[in-house]
Amino acid sequence: MKIHEYQAKDILSRYAIPIQPGKVATTPQEAEQIAREFGAPVVIKAQVYVGGRGKAGGIQFGDTPEQAREAASRVLGMTIKGLTVQKVLVVPKLEIKEEYYLGIVLDRKSQAPVAMVSAAGGVDIEEVAAKTPEKIVRQVIDLRWGLPPFEARRMLSEAGVPSVVVAKGGAILSALARAFIETDAQLAEINPLALTADGQVLAADAKILIDDNALVRQKEYAAWAEPEDANPIEYEAHAAGLASYVKLEGGNVGIIANGAGLAMTTLDMVARAGGKPANFFDFGGGAKAEMMKKALLFLARDPDVQGILVNIFGGITRGEEVARGVILAQGELPRKLPIVVRLSGTGEAEGRAMLADAGLTWGQDMQDAAQKIVAAIKGAQ
Amino acid sequence: MSILLDQSSKVIVQGITGREGQFHTKNMLAAGTAVVGGVTPGKGGTEVEGVPVFDTMAEAKKATGANASCIFVPGLGAPDAIMEAADAGIRLVVCITEGIPVLEMARAMTFVKEKQVRLIGPNCPGLCTPGVGKIGIIPYGIFREGHVGFISRSGTLTYEVVSLLTAAGIGQSTCVGIGGDPIIGTTFADCLNLFEHDERTHAVVMCGEIGGSDEEDAAEYIKQMSKPVVGFISGRTAPPGKRMGHAGAIVSGNTGTAQGKVAALQAAKVPVADTIFDIPGLLKQVAGKKI
Repeated sequence: MKIHEYQAKDILSRYAIPIQPGKVATTPQEAEQIAREFGAPVVIKAQVYVGGRGKAGGIQFGDTPEQAREAASRVLGMTIKGLTVQKVLVVPKLEIKEEYYLGIVLDRKSQAPVAMVSAAGGVDIEEVAAKTPEKIVRQVIDLRWGLPPFEARRMLSEAGVPSVVVAKGGAILSALARAFIETDAQLAEINPLALTADGQVLAADAKILIDDNALVRQKEYAAWAEPEDANPIEYEAHAAGLASYVKLEGGNVGIIANGAGLAMTTLDMVARAGGKPANFFDFGGGAKAEMMKKALLFLARDPDVQGILVNIFGGITRGEEVARGVILAQGELPRKLPIVVRLSGTGEAEGRAMLADAGLTWGQDMQDAAQKIVAAIKGAQ
Repeated sequence: MSILLDQSSKVIVQGITGREGQFHTKNMLAAGTAVVGGVTPGKGGTEVEGVPVFDTMAEAKKATGANASCIFVPGLGAPDAIMEAADAGIRLVVCITEGIPVLEMARAMTFVKEKQVRLIGPNCPGLCTPGVGKIGIIPYGIFREGHVGFISRSGTLTYEVVSLLTAAGIGQSTCVGIGGDPIIGTTFADCLNLFEHDERTHAVVMCGEIGGSDEEDAAEYIKQMSKPVVGFISGRTAPPGKRMGHAGAIVSGNTGTAQGKVAALQAAKVPVADTIFDIPGLLKQVAGKKI
């Protein structure tokens, strides 16, 4: 789960990590008021769930409260990578002398979190990793004792930062590791960690990603979710119990399959047949007709969808249930849409017979079904 | 012989009294697997499908001499169940459970590695050796005894491809679903190593997917293998940053793309099937009469 910068900083401050003071505004007037309270030039930072907001104009400056209001009115409502900015973080402008990178990330290869430090902060760490990997100091974290301060200081020292940053940053990195572990994060970054002209070391920007599987035990953070901002159609799908639904931009073939691997393979097959998948959706195992109907009617609501492919390899999902769900949905579709069904396994023959009686198209196998739905959409255009 | 599961395997089902546990215990017994006991804390002394239920793994191990376990315990209980099995001296642990918080799994892995236990999964369909039995939820009827080892990260895709092989007259030695989570006990490279040293296996099919770098690591291992391998990668159309069902199936930046995995396999001289329908043909090309 993604959270905003101001929320990530809130978590950091609970671990005694010094952060730049700041307040959230949802209107230009609020931003002006906050700037007045700070009594100093401010930075207006868009709070959106995507990277690259600086380049998109989502970070602007205001030397006076009036300028802060104007800057906020430019940023609020702006669209960055398809997301509308609804909140800005207002922070006093810092006199930054140097910037560093501190991060903890779950490393699949080590099967553990890995801490990373770089003296080159404020830039995309993936770029640093690709171009100059030697500039990143890495350390695998043992979950039994976390990242002790001495280890954190050694990393900073090896990265070649000034001694004031080794001292203060060591405590910060060690605390960041604790925050990472206790919040069930998959990524926790301070980028940049700033050394200011007056010798302060603090988090000027922060990013935390929380493991979706851990939200059941991270209830406070789970309540911070704003999925309706991130993607309205996915939010609705998840609320309707279609948990794995992912919207794919620019597609026109709705897809329902059971199992994540089979669903991905179905997407690839549709693309090979010349179509464009409009979504990923794993229907799961053992589902009943009502659920199939619900899923089909949901996909049909997406105006991008011009046809739907159902690909089910039956084990505990029965072919008759799938067929019955498709037939039920067909009678309630809000508009005419071609549907092609491919069934295999348990109840295959019965399901096919039901589809044939209802005049629905079925595919011999996944490839045949993908070609049929792509052809049907082209024919309807 | 076969890998992981053989005639000497005796299995305990952890979470045996739940709906899934009961249903699949029945299926495992029907497939010929020696399910010798089950564990559900608080249900000790009862029976499921004629199999005795114990409160703890330690008791179950002592009473039955089991050497393998299959876990259906949901969510946060699963990593605890994995550690309990490892602590009781079980050598092979198969964890079917989906949705385990990844850091909890990382902790359990530390424990599993110290106990030198073979863990399959989590978030996997389990494994099957046709003619011997199965541990997990893979439908037994789709198999045919033979000489092709099969490894995949996914469930239904495994069933689909195994069915294609069986229909093409190509039998299987052992089939392993290693799981779709970011942290899993046994990787593709681990399985390839087991198949390389298995007399019954003459060729291997590996079905990978986007996310992580297990397929790339496997490609490195394949360079030193004597047996032929055929590859397939799903998720070619998946956009970066979107989780495709499996917690581990996500392209992050430039890491974990289908294109990168296909290229790594091809660099190891592994033929990569464009669609799953090409897999039987490619197998016949690389393994000929050996399968």
